Amino acid sequence: MADNEAKPGRRQFVASCIGMAGSAGVLGLLLGTYSEQSKARPAWAIRPPGALAEEDFAAACVRCGLCVRACPFDTLKLAELGDGVTAGTPYFVARQVPCEMCKDIPCVEACPTGALSKNLTDIRKAEMGVAVLTSRDTCYAVARGANCRACYLACPIKDEAISMERRQTDGRGYFEPTVHRDKCTGCGKCEEACVTAEASIKVLPRDLVRHDRPGGPVKKSGVAGNR
Amino acid sequence: MTTTTHPRSFLARNQWLLARRTSQIAILVLFLIGPWFSVWWLKGNLASSVFLDTLPLTDPLVLLQSYVGGHTIEATALVGAITVFAIYALIGGRVYCSWVCPINIVTDAAHWLRTKLHIGVNWQPRKATRLWILGASLAVSAAAGAIAWELVNPVTMLQRGLVFGLGLAWIIVLAVFLFDLMVSRRGWCSYLCPVGAFYGIAGKVALIRVSAVRRSACTDCGDCFRVCPEPHVISPALKPRDPNTSPVILSGDCTNCGRCLDVCADDVFEMGGRFRKRPG
Repeated sequence: MADNEAKPGRRQFVASCIGMAGSAGVLGLLLGTYSEQSKARPAWAIRPPGALAEEDFAAACVRCGLCVRACPFDTLKLAELGDGVTAGTPYFVARQVPCEMCKDIPCVEACPTGALSKNLTDIRKAEMGVAVLTSRDTCYAVARGANCRACYLACPIKDEAISMERRQTDGRGYFEPTVHRDKCTGCGKCEEACVTAEASIKVLPRDLVRHDRPGGPVKKSGVAGNR
Repeated sequence: MTTTTHPRSFLARNQWLLARRTSQIAILVLFLIGPWFSVWWLKGNLASSVFLDTLPLTDPLVLLQSYVGGHTIEATALVGAITVFAIYALIGGRVYCSWVCPINIVTDAAHWLRTKLHIGVNWQPRKATRLWILGASLAVSAAAGAIAWELVNPVTMLQRGLVFGLGLAWIIVLAVFLFDLMVSRRGWCSYLCPVGAFYGIAGKVALIRVSAVRRSACTDCGDCFRVCPEPHVISPALKPRDPNTSPVILSGDCTNCGRCLDVCADDVFEMGGRFRKRPG
């Protein structure tokens, strides 16, 4: 063949390209797997108001921390590697420092990318999570019929998002803290205020509680009559 | 090693290196005086920040991954990314690497120690590796709908860590240090880091470039080649086949670190404009 001399060079080039593509492919697969894995967020980590759904948030949040800097109450923090939340993304732990629901929503205002959506203009429409009375057996009001209503008093939209409902069980009357999901923003004031050692009322990600939202634990078709 | 007859002062031999360290530390300090002293000149981190509460600055590579990941880019971030890209296209793309990036301090330290300890093990991947990693990061961002490289990026991990809290990110930084110390000479910055690869592309058009203006004075001592993190960029400008070739180092791989200016006892190199046509 006439191009005998050129061929080994070309073959080497093609081989090295295949090697590179293969290595990049392996790296890509590992990175992709890790990326999918890190979309799982622990239930105790609450995103700031206006945060997009978790699978959209992963592409939208550049991890700059401007929302953290904007938060006047130091509620928000950036996840550090090892926290269990995707490193660099903002979250808060309601039991430690809840969201004070600022009227002007400075965290959303500060976000340069829209990971915290500017469509949220009324903080009462925020859907950071939803409070759930997770331990009726430790709640003073429910389990002991005590006159505790710490969660109710802490709620910034009391009577709308949470109310004390009169209940009766086995002839025993008591008042039960009752969350109204459509009004609860998930600010976490109730969880912070709860007097039991481990909070009896907790804010959970909305998709854990409302299965009609994407990313929930059960497919929409598999659940009847949610909400 | 050098052929000069006058010994050059310490300052003359290290001025660019000192300027570079000053710049790297000053930028870090600008981010830190906010949380430390509530002086908010520069708020955020290298991924995105606000200068003096007005000018947005956003890392174009991070935003590009966000975009291919399926997110609709908002104006603030877009303005920030265009601003940053324009700055680097002007002053040299990989100026990011040598004048801004905090990992550069880590890898330079590894290289210094490696030289001191005479560590010879040297795995050298292909130059194109970092471009492939860059491609893979963008592909994964698109496929997974996430900003993929930011999950592992030591650059932003370290910088964000210093400004917001490090967590376990020191492990990744240590890994880069050990890799450069014991596995590959200048391995991270010169072969693997896709951030550098990206800024290298921006640097292809950069206006500020190093130039071997007095290449006729070169004594072939080899000091510049030994000290350069990307030695392949020097030859076309310093030792061209055609003597009329421009003395400007045009490769985007050059980080404008200026170390060659420091070490050259014969004053061959100069930092200057891109369009210098002939040797001076």
